[in-house]
Amino acid sequence: MSEHLIHATLPGTFYRRPSPDAAPYVAEGSQVEAATVIGCIEVMKQFNEITAEHSGRLLSFLLEDGDAVEAGQVVAKVVS
Amino acid sequence: MHIKVIKPGLATSVQDAGRNGYYHLGIPPSGALDQYSFRAANLLLGNAETAAVLECTLLGPQLQFNVACQIAICGATMQPRINGQPQPAHQVLSIATGDTLDFLPAAAGMRAYLAVSGGIDLAEVLGSRSTYALGSLGGYQGRRLQAGDMLTLGAAPSTAAPVGRSLPTALQRSLPSKTTVRVLPGLYAHRLRPESATRFYQEQWSVSSESDRTGYRLKGGTPLQFQPREAPFGAGADPSNIVDAGYPIGSIQVPAGKEPIILLRDAVSGGGYAMIATVISADLDVVAQLQPNQGITFAAVDMQQALQARQHYQADLQQLRQALG
Repeated sequence: MSEHLIHATLPGTFYRRPSPDAAPYVAEGSQVEAATVIGCIEVMKQFNEITAEHSGRLLSFLLEDGDAVEAGQVVAKVVS
Repeated sequence: MHIKVIKPGLATSVQDAGRNGYYHLGIPPSGALDQYSFRAANLLLGNAETAAVLECTLLGPQLQFNVACQIAICGATMQPRINGQPQPAHQVLSIATGDTLDFLPAAAGMRAYLAVSGGIDLAEVLGSRSTYALGSLGGYQGRRLQAGDMLTLGAAPSTAAPVGRSLPTALQRSLPSKTTVRVLPGLYAHRLRPESATRFYQEQWSVSSESDRTGYRLKGGTPLQFQPREAPFGAGADPSNIVDAGYPIGSIQVPAGKEPIILLRDAVSGGGYAMIATVISADLDVVAQLQPNQGITFAAVDMQQALQARQHYQADLQQLRQALG
């Protein structure tokens, strides 16, 4: 079993859901595929999706919905 | 003989020195937000200093060159790669027909400038090749680049710059994650309550993620309070409203006193918000290299200091020309 860190490639505002009243993309503990969208980063009025990059179980998020995020910061952990 | 856009990046557009002289008609200057880096990239190649370049924001484009040429990249740190191989920035690089260029996401700074030998060749609109996307004016079809776009190069400079020539470190601008920006207070600073006018300069503000070429919105500071007043004819009811006035590039407005906005080169030319200060022209490049969530503090200067700073900025450009001429 190995643990993977999912990094933000852009700075901006991190969201766990596609719109304010939608359900989160994924819940902690869910199974994800490499292409599964787990969150998005808003920058310059554009929303850029973040994918899990690995298939496995999404262990935890390290950021809250609406947090400021820097490029390179760890967003979530996936175990496979 | 063209460059094909494979992936456009986050917000890549053609820019040059800007479309000056039409702001009074509602058409903003546009142009490279970091004019120093834009000029440095052109000068490295022996291009005309104001040849059109690609302004690459945070996430650069992926381009395929169907033409041999030279390129140089200045400004934000966005590791360029040719056919996947990392290449230095601030240096003349050689591109062979068929090569692919891409970038890693910005590690520092917000905007990198990709110059190509001969410049990007497009029809000028009102004297400039700069893109004003809000007005669908200039640049490549009046918009940011999209996948599949084909860019044509202008005539290469008569003497090609030697491959490997680089911008001396002393002439490279630093890209701090927080910075102090000089402003000239006014024209409506008197409308602030004195405690707000003082506190504005004491607090650090952070760049919001909506910030773009039109303006930088700031948050994190204490909301500002304006002097109570009876709204004059033509002004909105909010205390931050004024009777419509022209907005200088760099001017700072604070709608409802909440989040200051610094207007940049794609800004609207006028409106009804009080401007409490204006970023001096010498510091506009610095603002444009701040990423979302980075810090900004304001320092008030007077007109003489602002003009002196402009002279220093011009002297720095002169040094660039001498070093790379």
